[in-house]
Amino acid sequence: MTIQFNEETFRDDYSFRNSDWAIKRFPFPFHEDSYMYSVNMEQHRGGPEGSVYEKRFDVDEHYVSEMRDRAIVLADDPLRCQSLPHMTLAGWDTLELIMVSKSEDYPDLFELHRDGNRWRWINKPMGIDHTFTFLDETTLPCGPLEYITRQAQGDYAVLDQRNDMLYMDAGMITTQADWSLDFDIGMDFFEWHAPVPLAHEMGIFKRALKFLLNIQQGAPARRLNWTMTVNPLLDTSPENYHKWGVQKTTLTPENIGSKQHLRVELQTFYRLPRSNALLFPIRCYLIAFQDIVSIPKWGRRLHRVIRDLPEELATYKGFIDNRPMMLDYLSQYDDGLPTSPGVWPDLDTEPPLQK
Amino acid sequence: MSKFQFPESIRSRPVYGTLEPRPGKAHLMIADAEGAEALLDLAAQDASIFRAAHIIYIPKATGETYVDRLKALEPAQFYVGPTYEASVQRIRRVLSDAHMGLQVYLTGTEGLMGQAQNEAMTAGIPHSAIQTEHRGSVARRMQCVHCKGITEDVMTDPFVCSHCGLNLFVRDHYSRRLAAFQGVRVDAEDPGNVPEPVELYK
Repeated sequence: MTIQFNEETFRDDYSFRNSDWAIKRFPFPFHEDSYMYSVNMEQHRGGPEGSVYEKRFDVDEHYVSEMRDRAIVLADDPLRCQSLPHMTLAGWDTLELIMVSKSEDYPDLFELHRDGNRWRWINKPMGIDHTFTFLDETTLPCGPLEYITRQAQGDYAVLDQRNDMLYMDAGMITTQADWSLDFDIGMDFFEWHAPVPLAHEMGIFKRALKFLLNIQQGAPARRLNWTMTVNPLLDTSPENYHKWGVQKTTLTPENIGSKQHLRVELQTFYRLPRSNALLFPIRCYLIAFQDIVSIPKWGRRLHRVIRDLPEELATYKGFIDNRPMMLDYLSQYDDGLPTSPGVWPDLDTEPPLQK
Repeated sequence: MSKFQFPESIRSRPVYGTLEPRPGKAHLMIADAEGAEALLDLAAQDASIFRAAHIIYIPKATGETYVDRLKALEPAQFYVGPTYEASVQRIRRVLSDAHMGLQVYLTGTEGLMGQAQNEAMTAGIPHSAIQTEHRGSVARRMQCVHCKGITEDVMTDPFVCSHCGLNLFVRDHYSRRLAAFQGVRVDAEDPGNVPEPVELYK
């Protein structure tokens, strides 16, 4: 299908909207009626047609507007994109992976023509037609990581691997769930996850690290993570928390359906060929509560998950104060019927709301 | 006694040990304030390493309390500086000359150890090879995550950022690269509602 790109904003007037297509393909993260941490990794080798899992780097209706929002963030704060000196090669690996994937997966939107190291890259949605020399930084307007991730939705952490450890040594981070690349750059895997409650004690990070260290070229993996965001704000950074934090207090029973968003990260993991670094794209999808509950199964399930979530997790994810209001709203969409297993909407088989 | 046992915390928060003499061709010792006591204890274990030692000492509020006693250890080189900032060019110069077999000892406040460790790491010494021992004040060097400014010697939580003036709470999340803990606006979700500052670890 041809994607119609939305004209929308993720700040100020928040004109962001999901079409019916985007709602039905939303990566709903709960495969059952409760949630607890798990490593929950699977191979990233495609998925059902039209789903966000189908392509290596999903492009959707928000693409052009998200890239505009990223440019605004970077103009305000260039420290959101950084690369330690030894990570330049990993930046080129990233550029190659994204350009090759996008041109193969979306040939009507992106083209890559390679003649030796002379590459021509065409990005039709963003109006870019650029010829450059692969591995020659002087032929790009900025570093290779920044260049390509200004044209690819989602955040990108680039992890160096040495001493059986992963290090956060480069990244493009403008749509993050409240963590700072500028602060965390250079940290090892356990250090940058240090503030996460419970999961260390559960051994989650040890198991996750072991899995990630062994990811091979051509065999990427993926998992989902989630949190909550008031207003469709992509840039929920700690840098700007003093500005957006107060928005959490603007929820009312009348506006919660349109203002409160479930924020889901599709995290993928790719071994890079030359640098042996691990590319860690973190793609953010937002959906308003009122759109989630339009899918009866998701409405029932979200209510149960949020109701039963341990207090530490609701605190860490930043919505403990708003949880009672969320539950008042969501309970209207939970009639107590059982839900089918798995994440899919199952619109044809799940019964409509019985109240 | 100037030793303080920090409670167990998250994985990014540094933990400090007790200095011990290790065989080496040269010994670089950087200390501030009560860190001098750790160097004196080190000398009590093995005074001979001081013959090849370079002590860089910033007394801060302790003034002359320890200076003569450190001098009496007869280190090969002994420098007393007014501030860490004033000594940092010297530290870089010394590290640029460092050879295999240099032992690095850091002791005193977290801010001093963090910044000196950063210099040593920049010079190519892995942080795991650097000895540290905390002595004296539990004050922290804090980075404001909003304006990026560093506030030195923070003693309370919350505190006021010395650059942008926001009221920040003190996190245990720590960056070795910045040699600083992270400060985050405490009243972001309820502007003006700033809790009464409490002294750290009280």
